[in-house]
Amino acid sequence: MSATFLGMPGNLSKNTDFPKNAAKAVQNSQLRFNLRKATHTIRGKRAAVVSELPDWQDLRAAGRAIKDHTLRHLDRYLLQLEEAVTARGGHVHWARDAAEANRIVTDLVKATGEREVVKVKSMATQEIGLNEHLAAHGITAYETDLAELIVQLGHDFPSHILVPAIHRNRAEIREIFLREMPGAPEGLTDEPRALAEAARLHLRERFLKAKVAVSGANFMIAETGTMVVLESEGNGRMCLSLPETLISVVGIEKLLPAWHDLEVFLQLLPRSSTGERMNPYTSMWTGSVEGQDFHLVLLDNGRTRVLADEVGRQALRCIRCSACLNVCPVYERAGGHAYGSVYPGPIGAILTPQLRGMGSELDASLPYASSLCGACYEVCPVAIDIPQVLVDLRAKAPHGLAERAGMRAAWWLFAREGRLAAAQRLAARLRRLIPRRLPGPLGAWTDTRDVPDIPRQSFRDWWKESGS
Amino acid sequence: MRVALFVTCVNDTLFPGTGRAVVSLLRRLGCEVDFPLAQTCCGQMHLNTGYREEAVRLARRFAGVFAGYDAVVAPSGSCAAMVREQYPRLIGRDFPAVHDLSEFLIDVLEVEDVGAYFPHRVTYHPTCHSLRGLHLGDRPTRLLRKVRGLELVPLPGAEECCGFGGTFAVKNPAVSAAMCADKVRNVLGTGAEVLCAADNSCLMHIGGTLRRQRTGVRVMHLAEILEATE
Repeated sequence: MSATFLGMPGNLSKNTDFPKNAAKAVQNSQLRFNLRKATHTIRGKRAAVVSELPDWQDLRAAGRAIKDHTLRHLDRYLLQLEEAVTARGGHVHWARDAAEANRIVTDLVKATGEREVVKVKSMATQEIGLNEHLAAHGITAYETDLAELIVQLGHDFPSHILVPAIHRNRAEIREIFLREMPGAPEGLTDEPRALAEAARLHLRERFLKAKVAVSGANFMIAETGTMVVLESEGNGRMCLSLPETLISVVGIEKLLPAWHDLEVFLQLLPRSSTGERMNPYTSMWTGSVEGQDFHLVLLDNGRTRVLADEVGRQALRCIRCSACLNVCPVYERAGGHAYGSVYPGPIGAILTPQLRGMGSELDASLPYASSLCGACYEVCPVAIDIPQVLVDLRAKAPHGLAERAGMRAAWWLFAREGRLAAAQRLAARLRRLIPRRLPGPLGAWTDTRDVPDIPRQSFRDWWKESGS
Repeated sequence: MRVALFVTCVNDTLFPGTGRAVVSLLRRLGCEVDFPLAQTCCGQMHLNTGYREEAVRLARRFAGVFAGYDAVVAPSGSCAAMVREQYPRLIGRDFPAVHDLSEFLIDVLEVEDVGAYFPHRVTYHPTCHSLRGLHLGDRPTRLLRKVRGLELVPLPGAEECCGFGGTFAVKNPAVSAAMCADKVRNVLGTGAEVLCAADNSCLMHIGGTLRRQRTGVRVMHLAEILEATE
């Protein structure tokens, strides 16, 4: 399997994996506090607005069915989309991987003669590392989503799908603005309103100057060729409407067959992501509109391979709402950076190893970054059975020699009841010799937990003696 | 009614008291209990750690051992969920119905008051697979509320995972311990003497932490509380 480039830290450092990254993160009390506060707040808001809808489970089933249908006929719908966009004066480009997508976008920007672009928050462009690629060609990309701006100014990486700067609190954001933002007002406080106003003034100049914008899209409608972007600030709309050239980089799985399918997703997405009944800024456009040239870059970057996997393909239903991150007890403690991918949390743990393969230690450890508690599946608006995909990926992941030997030995004991009974009697005889600190990998248990007392007699021996 | 007890490998080996309590409780309620001696493990550890082939072989073994029983009862939400949720994907539909203990008491025997007496302050941790796998709902707490002398106190953040997760506890020990730290804080906040759950594997993890920290709070399987009498 060829490795797919997936933005972000991930494969950059060789000798790390999720457990090591997470072990560092759990010691960071500021991060733990920020994450706990933020995820529990969004979690509560989501639960409240979801419980208002008596037909939530039906909506969820509809979302799942529409996505599954679209994925089954993706070839047909993609061609329909291309035709519809082209008919309305747009230009459609097909990108097999990150390198191809980056080259297409860079060439399009170069053709305009501009050296700066404004960006509306987009997972797809983060996935392909577009900003870095543009920078290497002398083009500066300015992020305009508030959280994305904080991440960019802080020379940082996003740690959440919806709230990329979730790991920062407002005091830290103030410091970043004062240090990195040109023209940051003196005496800036950490009041949310003051911070937003400073960002607004800073961004307004960028919007008015920009001739080229780069965006992603939440949905693409095959029937009409319409692009749909949902955001909360209005900055995205400035990006989408002011510049003369608009380039949208969108994963091929973002497709919906028909306009009326939005009825389902415009209910599912805001309630699941921001815990709002209705999305504040929903922008839709079809092809090139007056005064603007529109380019659509359709991105594969490993998706076709995921589509071929019977169990794993359900990950392509994802609408990037991040409800699974907000309920995940592992994400809450480890934070987004531990996943080493633009896609963190439960969805990242099944998406990254599928898109990127499991060749690195980090990627091979991601399917194990879950206690299989099932909270993610319960909240997923398109019913992706994340624990099921995790378990399936674990069967495909490389296993260490010692672990294989241990699992083989356990299986051998369980294969005949006599072997198990003999092992239990041996353990009972040695019960006084069990050390308080277990050796080898089991030491991870006794680092924080006592070992239970080994009983004198197993249940089966009690049964044989006096139970039956 | 002839009931087969699937005690689970963890209870068989480490917590035989839970198995004995189930036998005693079910006999008190008029059931004839059998323990098929050929049983070993449902295969959950192997499946969830990525050893599917071994899990399939253990699942086939399980289906053979318990074939022909009216009902199979397991004092573990996690192992019952493994059979009910995962076996169809592993070995098809040909295996007997498995009930968690509280499901069996409430849905099959239709009893809530099992005649127990346990004069202690208790809090209940619902465990993930009981909650989101089997959807046990309030069955366990309905049983606990009918126990004479027992004061049931709600556990804040009860629905959150304790961080056990099988081999997760040793593969991701830092996150596992961090999750347990929050669970333990919530348990201590209730002022309960006893933490109860329907799964000894989760209790081994939380209980091991409670003991390491010398908190004085003990853990007990639901079956052992329901079995207790005056």
